[in-house]
Amino acid sequence: MINKVVSGAAAAIEGVQDGQTLMLGGFGLCGIPENAISALVASGVKDLSCISNNAGVSDFGIGLMLVKHQVKTMIASYVGENDVFEQQMLSGDLEVILTPQGTLAEKCRAAQAGIPAFYTPAGYGTEVAQGKETKEFNGKMHLLELAYKADFAFVKAWKGDTAGNLIFKGTARNFNACMAGAATITVAEVEELVPAGQLDPNEIHIPGIMVQRIFQGANYEKRIEQRTTRPNP
Amino acid sequence: MLDKNGIAKRIAQEVQDGYYVNLGIGIPTLVANFVREDIGVEFQSENGILGMGPFPLEGDEDADLINAGKQTITTLPGAAFFDSAMSFGMIRAQKVNLTILGAMEVAQNGDIANWKIPGVMVKGMGGAMDLVASADNIIVAMMHTNKKGDSKLLKRCTLPLTGVGCVKKIVTNLAVLEVTPEGFKLLERAPGVSVQNIQAATEGQLIIPPVVPEISI
Repeated sequence: MINKVVSGAAAAIEGVQDGQTLMLGGFGLCGIPENAISALVASGVKDLSCISNNAGVSDFGIGLMLVKHQVKTMIASYVGENDVFEQQMLSGDLEVILTPQGTLAEKCRAAQAGIPAFYTPAGYGTEVAQGKETKEFNGKMHLLELAYKADFAFVKAWKGDTAGNLIFKGTARNFNACMAGAATITVAEVEELVPAGQLDPNEIHIPGIMVQRIFQGANYEKRIEQRTTRPNP
Repeated sequence: MLDKNGIAKRIAQEVQDGYYVNLGIGIPTLVANFVREDIGVEFQSENGILGMGPFPLEGDEDADLINAGKQTITTLPGAAFFDSAMSFGMIRAQKVNLTILGAMEVAQNGDIANWKIPGVMVKGMGGAMDLVASADNIIVAMMHTNKKGDSKLLKRCTLPLTGVGCVKKIVTNLAVLEVTPEGFKLLERAPGVSVQNIQAATEGQLIIPPVVPEISI
């Protein structure tokens, strides 16, 4: 059995350098790699290109990296509800590549699956299509989109084992399962790390081959962005 | 005139037994409250869930269980979770039967704009471009005019587009309209609203049949 375990977040981000491209899992603040982000902030690494569906909020998630001006280019589908992000984008400090959410997911999945490019109808006839090759299939126009190339993917899972196998919980699976294995090095942080053999192979969402480093995360805040409830009867 | 709940109630009449439905943020979210209880419908949220249920009871919120609006939700029996690539796979492959979303502008040829106001607001398109490019059955829920009183049903969109020629039906506070090759066909008018009111609030070509029934909700 191959052991993928590293001691913690600091060891997990070893080798991340200025100017690299990182993928970060999560949707909003749901399922974000909190420990890796903290370690990246502490490391001071800069000029990063970050691929993530969102950019966190001003004081949590990727927002923490924006506050320290560590991100040069942000590739995301939705960046609302983040004042720091908006300021840096409007002032030109931050380059932003807005990408349709399904295209973003598939550019990750394509990288994960070894497919260099694919056609999708999303964004045809809009700003997103500028400079892209188009082709008609079955009477409908499509854009050619390329797989992402990233140096590191940081994902967060619910449970994992020492072999790197991952299980996600609820809607925290989102982009984490698409980014695992989509970069040169995939780092997984988990809420519960168990010895290989303790997870049922039938229930594993992402096999360990997609993961190079795994560690037990600590002090998860798991912040809720929009706490909506109905009254107790 | 309809309020936001009225628009949602009228759109709920379009939801049929066996439908998988994606609801956008805002008025579309309200549609779930008015779907008939004697039909089987599942709501999809593009962050990776089918079988979405109502908001949780106070104290039952789970950070790992949200919708695409980042609101805490619950699951219903038969629910399933999946990753973002599969989520948009089922949208692209038209397994989702109905998409309901909001808009800033709709053009008479079915173009839609709802993600950016240059120099004023850029939040991003999220999943809207994927949804409108792929869905066969798209209903727009919106107010007929914007806060300044300008028509949102136009000859041509002025804002950056989300998708081209994709909107089929529009339900506003004033009317139900269908996008046809000739323009916006007026199907129904809201209670207390005259055809003249609707004409005055519509910049795009409006096609007025001899009889325009009142919306019944």
